[in-house]
Amino acid sequence: MATIPLLEIRNLTVEFATRRGAVQAVRSIDVSVAKGETVAIVGESGSGKSVTSYAVVRILDRAGRVAEGSISFSGVDLVAANETQMRDLRGREISMIFQNPRAALNPIRKVGRQIEDVLLQHVQATRATAREKAIEALTRVRIARPEERYDAYPFELSGGMCQRVVIALAIACQPQLLIADEPTTGLDVTTQKAVMDLIVELTRERGMSTILITHDLGLAAAYCDKVVVMEKGQVVETAAAGEIFRNPQHPYTRRLMQATPRIGMSLADLLTEPPKAEPAPKTAPQPPPAPTPSGAAPGEAAAGQPLLSVEALVKEYPRPATGAFLARLMGKAEPEKPAFRAVDGISFSIARGETLGLVGESGCGKSTTSMTITRLIDPSGGRIVFDGTDIGAIPARQFAASPQRRRIQMVFQDPTDSLNPRFTAERAIADPIMRMGALSGRDALRARCEDLARLVGLPVELIDRFPHQLSGGQKARVGIARAIALDPDLVILDEPTAALDVSVQAVVLNLLEELKGRLGMSYLFVSHDLNVVRLLCDRVIVMRSGAIVEQGTAEEVLGNPRAEYTRELLTAIPHPPM
Amino acid sequence: MNDMSKVDPAATPALRLDAPPATSLWSHARHVVSENPITGFAFLLFALILLAAILGPSLVPYDPLASNTNAALQAPSTAHWFGTDQLGRDIFSRVIAATRLDFTIAVASVALVFLLGGLAGVSAGFFGGWVDKLVGRIADTIMAFPLFVLAMGIVAALGNSVTNIVIATAIINFPLYARVARAEANVRREAGFVQAARLSGNSDWRLLLTQIMPNIMPIMAVQMSLTMGYAILNAAGLSFIGLGVRPPTPEWGIMVAEGASFIVSGEWWIAFFPGLALMIAVFCFNLLGDGVRDLVDPQRRN
Repeated sequence: MATIPLLEIRNLTVEFATRRGAVQAVRSIDVSVAKGETVAIVGESGSGKSVTSYAVVRILDRAGRVAEGSISFSGVDLVAANETQMRDLRGREISMIFQNPRAALNPIRKVGRQIEDVLLQHVQATRATAREKAIEALTRVRIARPEERYDAYPFELSGGMCQRVVIALAIACQPQLLIADEPTTGLDVTTQKAVMDLIVELTRERGMSTILITHDLGLAAAYCDKVVVMEKGQVVETAAAGEIFRNPQHPYTRRLMQATPRIGMSLADLLTEPPKAEPAPKTAPQPPPAPTPSGAAPGEAAAGQPLLSVEALVKEYPRPATGAFLARLMGKAEPEKPAFRAVDGISFSIARGETLGLVGESGCGKSTTSMTITRLIDPSGGRIVFDGTDIGAIPARQFAASPQRRRIQMVFQDPTDSLNPRFTAERAIADPIMRMGALSGRDALRARCEDLARLVGLPVELIDRFPHQLSGGQKARVGIARAIALDPDLVILDEPTAALDVSVQAVVLNLLEELKGRLGMSYLFVSHDLNVVRLLCDRVIVMRSGAIVEQGTAEEVLGNPRAEYTRELLTAIPHPPM
Repeated sequence: MNDMSKVDPAATPALRLDAPPATSLWSHARHVVSENPITGFAFLLFALILLAAILGPSLVPYDPLASNTNAALQAPSTAHWFGTDQLGRDIFSRVIAATRLDFTIAVASVALVFLLGGLAGVSAGFFGGWVDKLVGRIADTIMAFPLFVLAMGIVAALGNSVTNIVIATAIINFPLYARVARAEANVRREAGFVQAARLSGNSDWRLLLTQIMPNIMPIMAVQMSLTMGYAILNAAGLSFIGLGVRPPTPEWGIMVAEGASFIVSGEWWIAFFPGLALMIAVFCFNLLGDGVRDLVDPQRRN
């Protein structure tokens, strides 16, 4: 145990002035970070974990203020320090890594220059040595060919690469404390592992202390010494990382741990209490012969035929012309590059009542595939046969009028983005019914919307509200209600829980599973989260660079992967010690 | 905007959960005004202008057209608050009576340009391709002229009437609306809720009108408020140089023009008071912009 902690937060209360009076985002919390220690602050959205870190570096927005308590950093009182002192401390003694690395970098400045800026600001380098030191910093974060990357702009680098640059910026001045606010959210698992390994290694090397702010218990467990669990602005539990997982004290911690998907658990295990609705009839992992309840004529398609079969699907995007207009005019145009293939001839099928998982990292073509199947974009080649008809042949623009439209629906990744901010929940749910349903009359429509709301577990009183008056989980439910409003046969779930907290995710996943059984739908579940895929899917397809790497049943692919890439993905997931 | 009135906090007290509570339009308006008193001031001014436009002619003490040569060129007094002009007409009555005409020109031209420019811009941003190119080039062509000179040309060519002032004012504001609407629609074209609406079987035009248009209303409302001031100024400017409204119709621009020649001889009030009215109106609409945005944007209701 270190004698004097590097950072000591005592009885800290942070208030935000709102129109409904002062709201306490953080309520009398105590956190201490010893020299060289890595502390995780874990909590769900709104728990006040980010606000705490903002208070430490004093970058709270105008409405926020420290109402009570003290923050001392190696003897300096950060609450009382003036702005000049703070400017000096930020970057040199305490630095931060933010969630979105692209937003944290200036898009029109070369990354090397941006590192130089920090070095010069804190007199760590002179004009003469700045370039050399910046390249050194890039080398330290293991960026290949640092001399070349010095001249790169942020948009030329991948997300993981950008985060490395941000880390290079953060540690350029050898700070004593590094605050990483969700540094890997939005990055792929393999990139996440590389970035986290790098952060931990660099901070250990330098004896730096680190605060890792995250919603991911697995990540906190894998990389931190101590874990602080926050709920609704209060610290509910503080313990050593190993201890907290072996023996969680607070019920909230237990709930959080339970909701985190892990190997060897079932979907229902995620919930603390059993689902309120009567248990849904469990669907067999193999396609059940259950007829679809929708108006589709099941006579034509034989029972053995898959609901959807995708054959040699290709989606190409033309590359932007590289030769400038003038060059073309003067006959100096370069030969045209071949088009970029986002999806490169993939084939698969989905049986009735089956959940197929589509897994891959960003840029692998999984979203393009799902958008093509939902007929939002046109394929460049191949066939999409849905219940006997080649829907790929119908242009996307005309598909809205096709009778097949109502049978293929989608739940979107971001529940906020996918709801029109000016439509009430009811109007959003009613939209597909108004366009394609057979219902007429306001009362019938209202009744149907209320039924759907009940079905997805959305309190009926809330359906007159606008999206911004609903919580994330409630918005997700509205999105699901809209997708199932017309009893579709196939629902594409595009990372439906990626934007949700784990406890909400647990509820939504269970809801989806239950609805599938009740309404006899098939799912195409697109995700990057292998633990979630394991829970929900019967079969899994792993994609990389537009092609299928591996496909098979969920147990096969995730339990005993044949492809090297699948193994790589699996090992990159941080697991809480159990 | 019509669905806003449906939000009633009292209707759903039973289940709050962790969702932010709903607010009514009225309490929201009160909050906006209390947060920014200048907005309140602007709304007050706006109400006064509206009152003058609607009731003005029936409230004024003198007939704005009646001349009385005995009382010509009198300085402001208790009988004639703003004084009288060269024909002995009461300037106060004329300034108030002119509000209706100036206000109508501004509202009509802004409504027209909102329809034309807004729709063209939204289509350009949403469909892209040749629609975008066409709208862009039309806007560029208009922008290539000095705008006031263009307005003069249009009124001179189409004929000297109030309708043509409205049309000319709308045309010179077209690029502003088209560009703002285009940029906003372009951002939202790929938004999740637009894709979701597409899945619900909405056609392109329906997406445009029900999904995209309502969402760019906040920014368009600000734009409209700002151009209102500009439209009034433009109409007055055209009248000042003898286009559009003809004397003896009371109109701020003409009144300033008529009074201008008397300033040198010391009768400042003839041009001053209509000018002041003009300034207050433009000032009010410009201030209103921010307040309107705060009111119309549902996101700011918390």
